[in-house]
Amino acid sequence: MMSPSVARRTIATPVLLGLLLIAFALVAVAVGSKPFNQTVIDIFLKVIFVVGLWVFVGNSGVISFGHIAFACLGGYVAAWTTIKPMMKGMSMPGLPDWLMQTEIPYWGSAMVAAGWAALWALIFGSVLMRLSGIAASIATFAMLAMVNSIYSNWESVTAATSSVVGIPIIRSIWPYLVAALISVFCAWAYGISRHGLALRAARDEPTAAAASGIDIPRARLIAFVISGAIMGMGGALYSHSIGIVTPDTFYLGLTFITLSMLVVGGMGSLSGAVLGVLILSTLIQTLRWLEAGVQVGEITFALPGGVQEIALGAVMILILMFRPAGIMGNKDLSLPQRAALETRGPTGPRT
Amino acid sequence: MGSLLQVLFDALSLGSLYALGALGIALIFGVMRLVNFAHGDVIAACVFALLWPSVDAVAIIFAGNLPWYLLVPFVLAFGAALSVACEALVFRRFRRANPATMMIASFALGFVIRYFLLMLFSSRPKSVSLLPALSQPVEILGARIPLLQLITIAVTMAVLFGLTAFLRRTRFGLEMRAAAENFTMARMLGVRANRVIMGAFALSGALAAAIALILGSQTGTANIMMGASVMLMAFIATVIGGMGSLAGAVLAGFLLGAVATVMQVILPPEARAFRDAFVYGAVILVLIFRPQGLLSARGTRERV
Repeated sequence: MMSPSVARRTIATPVLLGLLLIAFALVAVAVGSKPFNQTVIDIFLKVIFVVGLWVFVGNSGVISFGHIAFACLGGYVAAWTTIKPMMKGMSMPGLPDWLMQTEIPYWGSAMVAAGWAALWALIFGSVLMRLSGIAASIATFAMLAMVNSIYSNWESVTAATSSVVGIPIIRSIWPYLVAALISVFCAWAYGISRHGLALRAARDEPTAAAASGIDIPRARLIAFVISGAIMGMGGALYSHSIGIVTPDTFYLGLTFITLSMLVVGGMGSLSGAVLGVLILSTLIQTLRWLEAGVQVGEITFALPGGVQEIALGAVMILILMFRPAGIMGNKDLSLPQRAALETRGPTGPRT
Repeated sequence: MGSLLQVLFDALSLGSLYALGALGIALIFGVMRLVNFAHGDVIAACVFALLWPSVDAVAIIFAGNLPWYLLVPFVLAFGAALSVACEALVFRRFRRANPATMMIASFALGFVIRYFLLMLFSSRPKSVSLLPALSQPVEILGARIPLLQLITIAVTMAVLFGLTAFLRRTRFGLEMRAAAENFTMARMLGVRANRVIMGAFALSGALAAAIALILGSQTGTANIMMGASVMLMAFIATVIGGMGSLAGAVLAGFLLGAVATVMQVILPPEARAFRDAFVYGAVILVLIFRPQGLLSARGTRERV
């Protein structure tokens, strides 16, 4: 599927990104405060979402507004499979019997969620991938709105707009870190695979790619299904991080923040996706912290409410103004060329 | 007969709102390929232009107290000015950026406008009794139609005819149509790009203000999120109509209004909650069969 030499040449990217994520996790452990822990978990979840989004958007060049729908599907899978049977009967009485009796651990639910979301990505994708450009974007948006509308109204299996409670909460950061690492490595492996290369070729030169025998809708569909699976896994873990799930958690707000992170980081590269999350999340946290007030000597400095969002929007506009292709442009993080040559020997076998 | 007429008027007035919104988005898309996500927030800002900034629960009506013949021009001018300011401060720097970047920038700008309103007015919905005389019903052939619905439809028709005349009969309209058709060519033939884009933004802002007036008198509240739902439907209408085609945007706006209203009537009661899901499903179907939109504008068609 992928040639070993390409893998060796590009392995530095996911390894560096992985080390960066591990560094964040270590900082969280070192600080040891609960809110900070939750913040880092949230960052890892965003990394999963944005990397999932990148697999499709970055490689195909088609902006998708619909991927959060797969996170929604995944989030509810977590609710369906991990809540205690008794509580499920009260909030979601319409579930079939076998599902009502199911109670599996969180990692099981994350895997089932990935499969369930991938299945729906396959179904939706086989119709939507025939479109391209702005029509495809709108169609994915219609898909998001459709899923949201169904989940907000199907009272008996989703408890409609009220929140489903009782999902086991996982407070340790390690499962989230592992999931984020898995998505980064999956995305990298897909990116250098035959299908990923074909899709990027189709993004840059659709005519030439089609003429060289690339079936563009099929190449897009493969990316769509893989990214759907990653989003589904992220959605399930999201539910486990806060313990409740509502349809509106997975709607426009999350769609836009993840898309912004992708575009600000640079949708042309995997590093852009991950760094976009890290940079915007850090910015948001800093602004929140300033909004809460900073004590300097006798005086407390605090920004008035709403400034956080205004500053975030303004910074995004400025970044895009000066770097229209995102912070990373289309480049990936890699070791400097000389160093890469020297380390190629020792790092080779480990891959 | 009466109820049928009622459905017809419901569909027409809802469609009018969508059509006005779609026009505002299509005008800008036509000249600069920008999908303007800030449009919904411009609508919300126009409603709040009637109030004096305060975070109290009770709204302090400021411009809302003007008589209607001053109020309407004031709000329209406010919308146009805000929209032009967005162009001059932000979008002008994105002339060479790709559409995805511009789209996210417009979203970020909308975010800034929304939270600026939140800072000035707080997030609580406020009641504004805007032109209360309009909510009285009128009896036509046995159907009770709110006067506001009639005015909405009449205003939309007037705007559509006015805009058509403007685009077809004036020099500026001609330049704008030329720019929408082929921007580079139009520039080479002496159309001043910045002026045309400014004009498109001003028109689009005024259309947003018209929606704000209608929404404000319809719901009687001002809410920082109030533009969002109209904007999304308008956005979808623009695409179904064929990006950049103004006639298509209007047609699709009315079509969406009609589909939503008719589904509300004909769906069985237990499926009625899923009305929106059916509407969005229909949108996907239309796009599958006509990805270029119902009336595709020349020059926007994607090749291969």
